[in-house]
Amino acid sequence: MDKQALLHRVVPRQGSIVQFTFDGETLEGYSGETILTAILCERAVLRQLEFSTEMRAGFCLMAACQDCWVWTRDGLRLRACSTPLSHGLDLLSTPPIMSEA
Amino acid sequence: MSIIVIIGAGPAGIRAAETISRAGLVPILIDEAPRAGGQGYRTPASGISIDTHKLMGSQYKKYQQLHHDFLSIVSSIDYRPETLVWAIENNTLFTLSHNTIATIQFDCLIVASGATDRVYPMPGWTLPGVFTLGGMQLSLKDQGCAIGKKIVLFGSSPLLPLVALQYKNLGVEIPAICDTTGLAGKISALPSMVFSPGTFLRGVSYLASLTLSRTPLFFGVKPLSIEGDHRVRGIRFLTGSGQEKWIECDGVGLGYGLKPETQIADLAGAVFEPDEDLGLWLPRMDQDGRAGNNLYLAGDGAAIGGADAAEASGKLAALAALSSLGIYCDTKKQTRLQNKVKRLRAFQRGLAHAFAPPQQFAETLPDETVICRCEAIHAGTIRKALILSHTPPEMNRVKAITRCGMGRCQGRMCAPALQAIIMHHTNQSLSQTGRLRGQAPIKPIPLSAAGETAP
Repeated sequence: MDKQALLHRVVPRQGSIVQFTFDGETLEGYSGETILTAILCERAVLRQLEFSTEMRAGFCLMAACQDCWVWTRDGLRLRACSTPLSHGLDLLSTPPIMSEA
Repeated sequence: MSIIVIIGAGPAGIRAAETISRAGLVPILIDEAPRAGGQGYRTPASGISIDTHKLMGSQYKKYQQLHHDFLSIVSSIDYRPETLVWAIENNTLFTLSHNTIATIQFDCLIVASGATDRVYPMPGWTLPGVFTLGGMQLSLKDQGCAIGKKIVLFGSSPLLPLVALQYKNLGVEIPAICDTTGLAGKISALPSMVFSPGTFLRGVSYLASLTLSRTPLFFGVKPLSIEGDHRVRGIRFLTGSGQEKWIECDGVGLGYGLKPETQIADLAGAVFEPDEDLGLWLPRMDQDGRAGNNLYLAGDGAAIGGADAAEASGKLAALAALSSLGIYCDTKKQTRLQNKVKRLRAFQRGLAHAFAPPQQFAETLPDETVICRCEAIHAGTIRKALILSHTPPEMNRVKAITRCGMGRCQGRMCAPALQAIIMHHTNQSLSQTGRLRGQAPIKPIPLSAAGETAP
């Protein structure tokens, strides 16, 4: 997976650093950020499309296009652009059942 | 006492709530977002130190006023943020909040559901690094993030130069702004611009600043492709004079104006009419925003008019509702607001002409281009389905056969392109091809929430 960031922080952050994991790797974001922001400031991809090898990283950023879903390890689906980052989130780019396969 | 529910806490919803609250009622204001303001007047998330004053420019005063006024009424209304309305049946709303489903009964409903970007596909538009123009702005406003280091803005929208300037001011490189409409079309739309000279002059000043900062502006371009291996590496297009151009970039902002989010109005029973001029099906309403019995529509979710029209139409819908419930009446104010809303929406119609979306691209779009992002349905699949004689060229039929528009976004992103392809392929009008019907749930909801109905 592309490890070059897609998004870039262009203004200072006041919030505390928040640790989470994405596909098993520990990443850091800031409180106040969405899951999408925190992941895409470290990676270029949020998820793989269910129907092909196509990669996706969100599109509308206003909770309409539903193209920024990620999964928690226990199977909960989260819309990354509208879900705030929280400490200890264990996130996956594919549904857990698909990652095991 | 009558229960008035307002859906959407943007400029229209906030002004509607304020008007109803002032009349002595306690409206329920439901919003999917955690913070009020809608998309245009979105506030930064906590801890993100963005200079909103600089970012909003001449709109800052109105932005600040709206949030100030919201804070002054929030304790006297029933404000429910982070709440999605996903179905409506008779006079009952079905909501989802923190994984819990609940119902709300209402006597009167004001829908202020806002708008999303109107987008048209081009090869490569699903690559990571391509975002809508609106999304590109929100990334900055809400999260203090740029969608790349070197970004091309592409489409037909008065927002193109504004967003470019907002990004440039924060040190992001803008190698090109590509407008698919020509300058000639903009000049022919000038007469309607007199309805809102302030907005027009603001647009001219953005363009002037960009010219001074030597940002390459291309008019009358035709999209070819966004290219890259799993992320954007550049964009290819034809210039107005037909010359092929490749520009390297790591981000693309794509947008062809706005379209109302009408799913809630649809479920609430609004009747839709084709607006051949704008190329959109829009809910039918009277000059107050009345779209049915005790149903009112306000803001960009009813008809694109911009933030000022949203505030005015929110007040107007609330006044009309209060008047028909026999609670409060101010005919003079109502007439004034009607005129204001009419004038501002006429201006937006002029803008829509100047920045007409490229319906004609439906003809040249390669078969391999993804149209439906959710279901990965290509242009060729839709065209093939249309050739089969048993496929009537009606939107919902084509959706049923191809799955285009059947995904999680319910056609929010692909409907304009699907419509354009069907219209072009079958040589039919907007009214003949129909529109995708809204379906509950209007956004995906987890099955686990169904078992957690609130008491």
